[in-house]
Amino acid sequence: MSRYTAVTDVDRAAMLETIGVASVGELFGEIPDSVRLGRALELPAGLGEAEVYAHLRALAALNRCTEEEVSFLGAGMYDHYVPAVIDMLLGRSEFLTPYTPYQPEISQGGLQVMFEYQTAICELTGMDVSNASVYEGPSALAAAGYLARLTNGRPRFVVSRGVHPHARETLRTLSAGYGTTVEEVPLTAGVTDASAWAAQIDETVGAVFVAQPNFLGAVEDLAPLIAAAREHGALVVCSADPLSLGILEAPGSLGVDVCVGEGQTLGNRLDFGGPSFGFFAVRDEHVRRMPGRVAGETHDVDGRRGFVLTLQTREQHIRREKATSNICTAQALNALAGVVYLAWLGRRGLPELAELMVRRAAYAREALLAIDGVSAVHAQPVVREFAVSLGLPDLASVRRVIARCSAERVIPGYALGRDYPEYADGLLVAITEQRSRADIDGLADVLSRALAAERAATTTGGASA
Amino acid sequence: MSLDGETAMQRDRATTIFEKGAPGRRAYEPPPLDVPERPLDELIPPHLRRREPARLPEVSEPELVRHYVRLSRRNFDLDSGFYPLGSCTMKHNPRLHERVAALPGNARLHPLTDPERAQGALELMWRLERALAEIAGLPHVSLQPSAGSHGELAGVLLTRAYHADRGDQRHKVLTPDTAHGTNPATVTMAGYEVVKVGTDDRGGVDIDDLRAKADGDVACLMLTNPNTLGLFDANIEEIARIVHGVGGVVYYDGANLNAVMGISRPGDMGFDIVHFNLHKSFTQPHGGGGPGSGPIAVSDAIEPYLPRPVIVRHGGSEGNGSGVEFDLDYERPKSIGRLRGFQGNYGCFVRAYAYICSLGAAGLRDVSETAVLNANYLLARLRQLGVTELLPPAYERLCMHEFVLSGAPMKHELGIRTLDLAKRLLDYGYHPPTVYFPLLVEEALLIEPTETETRQTLDDFAQAVAEILREAREDPELARNAPYTTPVRRLDEATAAKHPVLRQAL
Repeated sequence: MSRYTAVTDVDRAAMLETIGVASVGELFGEIPDSVRLGRALELPAGLGEAEVYAHLRALAALNRCTEEEVSFLGAGMYDHYVPAVIDMLLGRSEFLTPYTPYQPEISQGGLQVMFEYQTAICELTGMDVSNASVYEGPSALAAAGYLARLTNGRPRFVVSRGVHPHARETLRTLSAGYGTTVEEVPLTAGVTDASAWAAQIDETVGAVFVAQPNFLGAVEDLAPLIAAAREHGALVVCSADPLSLGILEAPGSLGVDVCVGEGQTLGNRLDFGGPSFGFFAVRDEHVRRMPGRVAGETHDVDGRRGFVLTLQTREQHIRREKATSNICTAQALNALAGVVYLAWLGRRGLPELAELMVRRAAYAREALLAIDGVSAVHAQPVVREFAVSLGLPDLASVRRVIARCSAERVIPGYALGRDYPEYADGLLVAITEQRSRADIDGLADVLSRALAAERAATTTGGASA
Repeated sequence: MSLDGETAMQRDRATTIFEKGAPGRRAYEPPPLDVPERPLDELIPPHLRRREPARLPEVSEPELVRHYVRLSRRNFDLDSGFYPLGSCTMKHNPRLHERVAALPGNARLHPLTDPERAQGALELMWRLERALAEIAGLPHVSLQPSAGSHGELAGVLLTRAYHADRGDQRHKVLTPDTAHGTNPATVTMAGYEVVKVGTDDRGGVDIDDLRAKADGDVACLMLTNPNTLGLFDANIEEIARIVHGVGGVVYYDGANLNAVMGISRPGDMGFDIVHFNLHKSFTQPHGGGGPGSGPIAVSDAIEPYLPRPVIVRHGGSEGNGSGVEFDLDYERPKSIGRLRGFQGNYGCFVRAYAYICSLGAAGLRDVSETAVLNANYLLARLRQLGVTELLPPAYERLCMHEFVLSGAPMKHELGIRTLDLAKRLLDYGYHPPTVYFPLLVEEALLIEPTETETRQTLDDFAQAVAEILREAREDPELARNAPYTTPVRRLDEATAAKHPVLRQAL
């Protein structure tokens, strides 16, 4: 008996008697001896609650988190403030502990949350229909690829290099299964090269993928990219940052077929990369091929308003091998955080937050570009994030500069070089509402000293070598 | 039926957050602008900007809190009642896990933090991997997949990569007809054709059918053991031999791992790839439909193809020069690639790891023994009360951690369906078992009590089922029209599907 089970010796004896067997071992009689473990698992002995807490706390203490440092890391997940109401609501047993609402009569809370979430995502993205969430951003983009495959079966995907590297790789992993090739279109001046894009699209392309803003933080001019794809009947998939949509035109208003994205910035903590949620929204014509759960409004036998899971004939438990996706468990609790966050921000708060980021990012960009040796990777408009070139020879030297800054508890950003060899000395800097002007001034100071030190060390090293 | 105060409140007409609030109300106040207020047109050209703001709610914090707290009270949850939802393993969620997952060192750790500054997180993941490898009996683990179905997809894509690397083109994947719907859906997504294998009269894989269908074109067999009937397939070694004999891979759907932890290991049964559901066996709260986490464990032969990055531990003197003990390795030329962003659902890893630390080897074995004891006891109690005369077990055997009853005789004799029984259970304060799955059993009721329930709870539940059958004998309408006491009664699902309303009209 552990602290999470409750069978006493007296219970066990009575239960075995009721079952009509002499021992618990007899219950496992069907398992052949040859596949029995026959020893204890090699794991440390169990610990009391306080001891487990102490062990986990000690491990957590080895991590340097955004509470202890001034971090400008982004690149897909961002250090936004998570309001206390979210901790409180997500901690409620009624949201935390049930499963998928298979019994709608006792799941109206969760189902209505899904319905509200779907409404909020449609509003934000300008799309017709949203599902109730998928795993996270990159796999949401890949799921859109499968929708395209089911829609037109064409053998090629075209993806902008401005799409998050993890999302491009995930798309490639999943499309390898059903045999669609993935081709990339380069960036020019920080945005998708419109002529290369147009040249690569023809009637063999099932879908095109673009990010707004893109991985370098640049705001894409989506309209011409969309037009080029629609001319050849390719589906347009846009991966959008939801908070940036507080100020940027909704992709749905521009005519994309599928709008997906990473939901972490909507009230979800960083959690070293998950759990968060992915959103997935489509134009009406694609609803029957959409993956995942979706809640719909209806009424009960007494005429009372209610909500149910609907359009289930798309799903794996009904359609099995003909399903639009295999997804069942998604990210309901994280999507709850998403809709609570959007309601918390509200109709006015969302654009205010976005505008604050735009202005702080502009300030930070100027401050960093004023540093000796630093230049712009691109001059495109940005919302939260921008890329600069540090004037260094390679990725290794960028990493050394980041390490120097880190020693002063300032994380200046993300080194672009591993994902983008073409920007080997690039640094991607994210400015959330949690980074004040003082923080930005501090970054400029620390980065400028770290760069000077790196140049001095290299010169000295070079001279002595 | 009279409604008490609580139920009356739950029965308020549903209004959404979009129907509340008033223009100008707000819960969020932005920080003051501390940088120059440059005109927006200078920063983002008008043609790229949004013309209409998203019509989000405008509510104060108190309104926001009240709305969602009231909504929460229209949910049934595991903390307040028995939830024997078969194949979902609705076991208690220890609150310690929420506390440790929320430590700032975990919750506020950026996923791209330099490994040197995230040693605690990487060590935790490494330790969890080692524990899962030991539980599975397979040496290598990837924590990346986000849920069971994602783990399945990883498994079938690994299978594809394994065969492709040997220049072997195969087209078929075998799944038993008792399989979860996710299995066949996964097979199609991975570009394979599903071939169904039949079930024998004891509820196991039909060996003759398997032999007939296993050929050189079979990439993989996907199997759950114990299977979705709650039965352990004693022929498992023979099954694995047959599939291996034609060069196929054997995949273990770990949805039912709760029955065999520390007792029998999928690797020892002959499986090459296993997925875990951390939200089933390892207490990650189900969250109303996620988050989940679906790590996979694999054999040496499959290891080169694992999703990247993988977590590595550098020995004392070797190391890669980076000076860190735990690191992420991206240089995996044969990898199938990523399945998602970053390193997986780390928050779920923290909870699963805390659980394994709490229980240890003896505790995990106790979990499975107690889960199986509880399931058999509940089945025996239902027998004692005469319930199984109308709801007989699909197979007259000892079960593992769950069991399937068939409501066919009940339907015939009392005129109520399994659905009606399930709905009437709501009035008795229970979450019903899984209904109409597995498909193989007519009017199926799949019951999984889990190890965390007391004998008293099981007794009370058995009594409730017996009582519902007694009522139905007198008046079947009572069950046919149930429930009566829930926030809403039976909902019109047909209209919802026919005329979908999937968002609030604004």
